[in-house]
Amino acid sequence: MLRFIAMRLFKAAIILIAIVTLNFFLIHAAPGDPAAVMAGEAGAADEIFLQQLREQFGLDKPLLTQLGLYLSGILQLDLGFSYRQQMPVADLIWDRLPATLLLTFTAFVISLVLGTLAGVLASARVGKWSDTIISTVALLFYATPLYWIALMAVLLFSVQLNWLPGFGYETVGGNFTGFARLLDIAQHLVLPALTLGLFFMAVYMRMTRASMLEVSTMDFVKTAKAKGLKPGIIQRRHIFRNAMLPVVTLAGLQAGQLVGGAVLTETVFAWPGIGRLMFDALAQRDYNVLLGVFFVSAAMVLVFNLITDILYRVVDPRIRAS
Amino acid sequence: MTFQDKASPILTIENLQVALPEGADRPFAVDDVSLTLRAGEILCIVGESGSGKSMSANAMMGLLPDLVVPSGGKIMFDGMDLLTLSNAERMEVRGKRIAMIFQEPMSALNPLMRVEDQIAEVFEAHGLLTPKERKARAVELLTEVGIPDPAKAATAYPFQLSGGQRQRVVIAMALALEPDVLIADEPTTALDVTTQAQILELIADLQKSHGMAVMFITHDFGVVAEIADRVAVMQFGKIVEQGTADDVLKNPTHDYTRKLLAAIPKLDPNAVFEPIKSKTILEVIALTKTYRSGGGLFGGPERVVHAVQDVNFRLGVGETLGVVGESGSGKSSVGRCLVRLQDPDSGSVLFAGDDMAKLSGENLRAARKSVQMIFQDPFSSLNPRTKVGKIISEGPIAHGVKPSVAYEKARELLELVGLDKSAFDRFPHEFSGGQRQRIGIARALALEPKVIIADEAVSALDVSIQAQVLDLLAELKERLNLSLVFITHDLRVAAKICDRIAVMQKGRVVELGPTQDVFNAPKSDYTRALIEAIPGRAQELEAAS
Amino acid sequence: MKDFWQRFKRNRGAVIGLIILALVILIAVFAPILFPQSPWKMVQRPFLPPFERDALLLGTDALGRNVMAGLAYGAQVSLIIGLISTVASLAIGIPLGAIAGYFGGFVDDALMRFTEFFQTVPNFALAIVLVAIFEPSVESIIGAIAIVSWPPVARLVRGEVLSLRSREYVEAAILSGQRNSTIILKQILPNTLSPIIVLASLMVATAILLESSLSFLGLGDPNLMSWGYMIGAARTVIRQAWWLSLFPGVAIILTVLSLNLIGEGLNDALNPRLSRKGK
Repeated sequence: MLRFIAMRLFKAAIILIAIVTLNFFLIHAAPGDPAAVMAGEAGAADEIFLQQLREQFGLDKPLLTQLGLYLSGILQLDLGFSYRQQMPVADLIWDRLPATLLLTFTAFVISLVLGTLAGVLASARVGKWSDTIISTVALLFYATPLYWIALMAVLLFSVQLNWLPGFGYETVGGNFTGFARLLDIAQHLVLPALTLGLFFMAVYMRMTRASMLEVSTMDFVKTAKAKGLKPGIIQRRHIFRNAMLPVVTLAGLQAGQLVGGAVLTETVFAWPGIGRLMFDALAQRDYNVLLGVFFVSAAMVLVFNLITDILYRVVDPRIRAS
Repeated sequence: MTFQDKASPILTIENLQVALPEGADRPFAVDDVSLTLRAGEILCIVGESGSGKSMSANAMMGLLPDLVVPSGGKIMFDGMDLLTLSNAERMEVRGKRIAMIFQEPMSALNPLMRVEDQIAEVFEAHGLLTPKERKARAVELLTEVGIPDPAKAATAYPFQLSGGQRQRVVIAMALALEPDVLIADEPTTALDVTTQAQILELIADLQKSHGMAVMFITHDFGVVAEIADRVAVMQFGKIVEQGTADDVLKNPTHDYTRKLLAAIPKLDPNAVFEPIKSKTILEVIALTKTYRSGGGLFGGPERVVHAVQDVNFRLGVGETLGVVGESGSGKSSVGRCLVRLQDPDSGSVLFAGDDMAKLSGENLRAARKSVQMIFQDPFSSLNPRTKVGKIISEGPIAHGVKPSVAYEKARELLELVGLDKSAFDRFPHEFSGGQRQRIGIARALALEPKVIIADEAVSALDVSIQAQVLDLLAELKERLNLSLVFITHDLRVAAKICDRIAVMQKGRVVELGPTQDVFNAPKSDYTRALIEAIPGRAQELEAAS
Repeated sequence: MKDFWQRFKRNRGAVIGLIILALVILIAVFAPILFPQSPWKMVQRPFLPPFERDALLLGTDALGRNVMAGLAYGAQVSLIIGLISTVASLAIGIPLGAIAGYFGGFVDDALMRFTEFFQTVPNFALAIVLVAIFEPSVESIIGAIAIVSWPPVARLVRGEVLSLRSREYVEAAILSGQRNSTIILKQILPNTLSPIIVLASLMVATAILLESSLSFLGLGDPNLMSWGYMIGAARTVIRQAWWLSLFPGVAIILTVLSLNLIGEGLNDALNPRLSRKGK
């Protein structure tokens, strides 16, 4: 297991280096002076700062040397400087990361739990009205833009009904401490996490349903029936566990989408995470921040992938042995 | 094998009818079937694919596929009609009173559960024993079914066991609650011949020691001869003949039974094959192929399989050389190395002055023309989107023959293999398995090869079709002076058409000689074991002498 | 073909999807005739609520522009970008997957690591970065969507080719002396067509969602009226003018839903036995 994790970490490191390289070439592929790109062209950075950037990244040296300098910077966790915000990008991201982690992780858990639950339910009643309803709702969520459902949720639950806050991470000027603060944050979390989770819930539901139906036609399910086991036990012990394997794989793959979706959700709910940071950087053409957030979100995806891979190994003895 | 006339009926099927969904090729899978299963006997239901034999068995357990429903008749067991049981009653019967074992041991066990847990479930399902006792019983049962190191096997996952061992686990589960009836649905079909012999013996032994009634579904008359007390022959959903095993096998009354029995390749110890003293057309020297999997930059430990190890043989002009062996023996790898569908690691394949093992590019393309292959699976060996005529003429066209000439030749070939010329413009799915195999043969012949490699070419066919295709091959070989390498797992088939036989085990040729010598005086222990395992052999030899 | 239509028709959802999509296409095609004036033009007072005037059934936005005209022109943008970017990702994914699956070994390894990389990278974030750096335009949006959407195609095609490659009819083709290119193009690819068609129909839907999300963030082509842009512009005024967000959203849902329904119908009709693949 340790060997496996070490291997996966090594692989993740290679992917991160590849992403940094990609970032580097993007800066150079962008129209205009790379220094201006790094400074953020809409920022109308002054010449002194541009010159400083040129020196720091050796922009007059050969491309390969530049890449080396850029890579070594990232290795020291230096993601560049945001001229617009007058702060190192790493610090900006570091401040915002916890909010995003809280949001995406909550949405991940909600979508996985509710999605598989709905999928199991639908597959157990395949063809009946409850299956039709669950499947139709999932199909609708699957076709709904994330940001739109977020806006509608704000409109309905926040503006119209005034049930839940639709803005920010905690009540501005509330000055809550301890448990009251946690409760406050939790209230603010409900709408963003639910709306972010809905699409993925639909994805997992559809996958679980299809997978359950497929597994239920397999030979070992027939064996289980021939033993005289009750349908409930067959469903749980034999079908569900095997059906979860592709769902877990999918969850790992979908993690990237989840992190991307956070940009939209955080934008609508003014959630102070790295997604909102990205949106603000977009408006200001603050490329260093943009690339920094991209890098960090890729790193987050790798962590999600690692978790699902470990989960998969725990569930499937065949993978464990190989 | 004595037929216990006095034994009382334990299960009776009366006029059973099972309906197929609309659009199937016939309205009923099982039509008006009546059978009696007596305590302490083995009743074999035998028939070709689609005869409805499995459907009858599944109907008893309430395990029919979704759209297939019993539409008439009764299955009486201990005063109950199994077709009208409530779900609770049915669960009570399943596993406890009637147990079942299946065809595919590889998929019949839950891959994510330990063997002992899967056996313990049988007790759990019927509320018996404590969890600890269940596990202890699991080990006892595994011991009874003869698994090596039962304590270790109990904690294993299915993927860690071989096919034969998994089938023993399934049998252990079936035995757990001492059922009155055991239904065995082709339980040895997916197994190698030596494993099959062991499992058949195990089932027969357990049947005696537990006094169960066994209903054994099979397509193989050899298996019937081995274990049946009584036999029922099914065709198109109906029983055409039933009686004691001796009567049915020795004095069949129905035409269909006679036809089936006649189609089985016979083991005739007195048959003499003319030794072929012709020139060598193909010579294989020290052929070796090793598979490596895993390893690499991110993989785990490397796995090495020696598929082919130092294989040598000569093939004479006009000769048929059989390459026989069980799964994993490397027989298919040899065939694939000969035509370079796989590249051998070392060794030579000498043909017409060239070493085929070392050719590449255009030279290989040209040389391959003379060595063609016939494949196993009639359903995947023809491109579903290409018309039959094109399939046959693609080869010659690729080698520069004018399309009009190639098409004309394709029509001739279709007639040669016993199909109508009009097949030219039809798609593969319009043909049956046997017909498809004929198309595959025509395709191989289109390039006018000197040597044909037939890789399990009749294994996927029902026995009556198998006989026809074998006859066709023998006739074509004669007529076109072909040399044949015939790869098969089926020793009966090999005995019927091969001049010489090479027996393979674990990548090596353990014996090579004229067919009658290999069968009558095998030199290697493995060959002897293989031959003795042929189902029905003892009975057949007894009858012949 | 008749068979195909019979099986497709049996899926009621798919037929409904086809009808909706046909309507959307009609509206997109006839937008310039239905609304001869530019959708950017101010036609009435700002924030005119819907259903008050027959000519402006869906009201006006913050700049007094006709919402209905915006929706009609937005349909053009969605459909065109969805279609072209899907074609582009197929053009990347099919050859890559086919080569990886057919040749196997080192080529396969290298191409699949490359694919895996693009699959790991957060899709939407990469699309944002690409469009932002290359400046928002139809071309950069299509390019970005294609670059983030091809990996599933490559994986699907590779898987199909891999399984077809070991089919006996392909081996027979090799033995009969056909060349690799002929075998890939004539024997293998035609048999992977059904799952590719199904996946493509779902990809158009995903591309439309992606485009609308980019436009929502202000990364749409500034010269084109798109649904995502309309919602993005309405975000800050959602408390005053709910209809500005609601209607474009419904348009997106209907279009995407119809494509998904059609995809499922195609799946039923083309490969009855393969219900989940390509995800």
